[in-house]
Amino acid sequence: MTGPRDIHAYLAEFEDIPGTRVFTAARARQGYHMNQFAMSLMKAENRERFKADEAAYMAEWPLTDEQKQALLDRDYNRCLDLGGNVYFLSKLFSTDGLPFAKAVATMTDMDFDQYTQMMMQGGRSPEGVRSIKEGR
Amino acid sequence: MAKITAGVASSHVPLLGVASDQNKDADGYFGPIFDGYEWTRAWEKAEKPDVVILVYNDHASAFDMKIIPTFAIGCGERYKPADEGWGPRQVPDVEGHPDLAWHIAQSLILDEFDMTIINEMDVDHGLTVPLSMMFGKPDVWPCKVIPLAVNVVTYPPPSGNRCWALGEAIARAVDSFEGDLNVQIWGTGGMSHQLQGPRAGLINKEWDNRFLDGLVGDSDHLRRIPHIEYLRETGSEGIEMVMWLVMRGALGKSTRLLHRHYHVPCSNTAIGHAVLRPDNGEGFDMTGSDAIHAVAAA
Repeated sequence: MTGPRDIHAYLAEFEDIPGTRVFTAARARQGYHMNQFAMSLMKAENRERFKADEAAYMAEWPLTDEQKQALLDRDYNRCLDLGGNVYFLSKLFSTDGLPFAKAVATMTDMDFDQYTQMMMQGGRSPEGVRSIKEGR
Repeated sequence: MAKITAGVASSHVPLLGVASDQNKDADGYFGPIFDGYEWTRAWEKAEKPDVVILVYNDHASAFDMKIIPTFAIGCGERYKPADEGWGPRQVPDVEGHPDLAWHIAQSLILDEFDMTIINEMDVDHGLTVPLSMMFGKPDVWPCKVIPLAVNVVTYPPPSGNRCWALGEAIARAVDSFEGDLNVQIWGTGGMSHQLQGPRAGLINKEWDNRFLDGLVGDSDHLRRIPHIEYLRETGSEGIEMVMWLVMRGALGKSTRLLHRHYHVPCSNTAIGHAVLRPDNGEGFDMTGSDAIHAVAAA
């Protein structure tokens, strides 16, 4: 066995990564209905109903008001905070006709052109964004 | 008898499927990525594997949050490309190998790996993009495929060590199959990438290349890399690299590198690719393709 012996220490370390929401069981539970709502957008008929009246479609799901608002606002960092997972939220990206990388860029402090330029220059360096506590 | 004769590692970025399907694979952006797979496409034509065990992860396509299998093996006859929100990829259906898949599933369970068995599912870019990268655009995929899906989305995913051990058990299972099959195992996903949050776009070339180095020879230190290191160093989605260790574990104690390719960027992701031969005295160069490569490289 090479795994951690202390599950609490294992999970606590995930909160020490800057700008990152690791999809832990706690987030998976919090976001269960938000992610299943997003998954429902895999079906064309559901996409049509959602697009026709977003609030009415979301009312069919046991989402919190905060989750509904974050989804209406397409505030994806807020969605992550409320338990969303990017692979599920991507069903909303494609419903909006938004390419994955464009949606990802909205979660950073850059616009899409700046984000694309950063990627072309080799991506975001890990320097300084490995650990909040250790500042490295 | 059935043998695992080679291992292939590759990223499985969905945009590569789009590039292949829309014939953009030779343009200025994608050309350098696809060029790095040209050697492998020629090599696969010479190798003619009968079956590929394809280790990948589903991205909220076949599996939603209702059921989250840690390790799942596809035992079905065939699989259709999934609709991931933009319509299914126009690539051939994937043909399974139920005889070998069920043999592996049973062997693994007796070997104390408690697999989930999948008889019907669609397969997403995690599985079809590597097929496009390695085989190009045929009318029919040139081999059977056994999908092996690993949960790397909901934490905790399996440890690297457990993935490696699963690979070893898969190799034992293939060895005991009664039938003459040339089997490859592919580990897909990675390399460094983060698709979420303010830290999105993270790339770590140094770390990725050390990981590629580590796949070669008899080093097994990769199996001891903890999840937190993948997360800190390679981004939240870099964790997919544990799936490469299923492949590496299946190749036995030592490997030889046949081909390697690394490129940044592809969308949000670092592309990594390696072709490996088990190097444990068995001599699995069944077609002379390694010799051809050695001559070409000289």
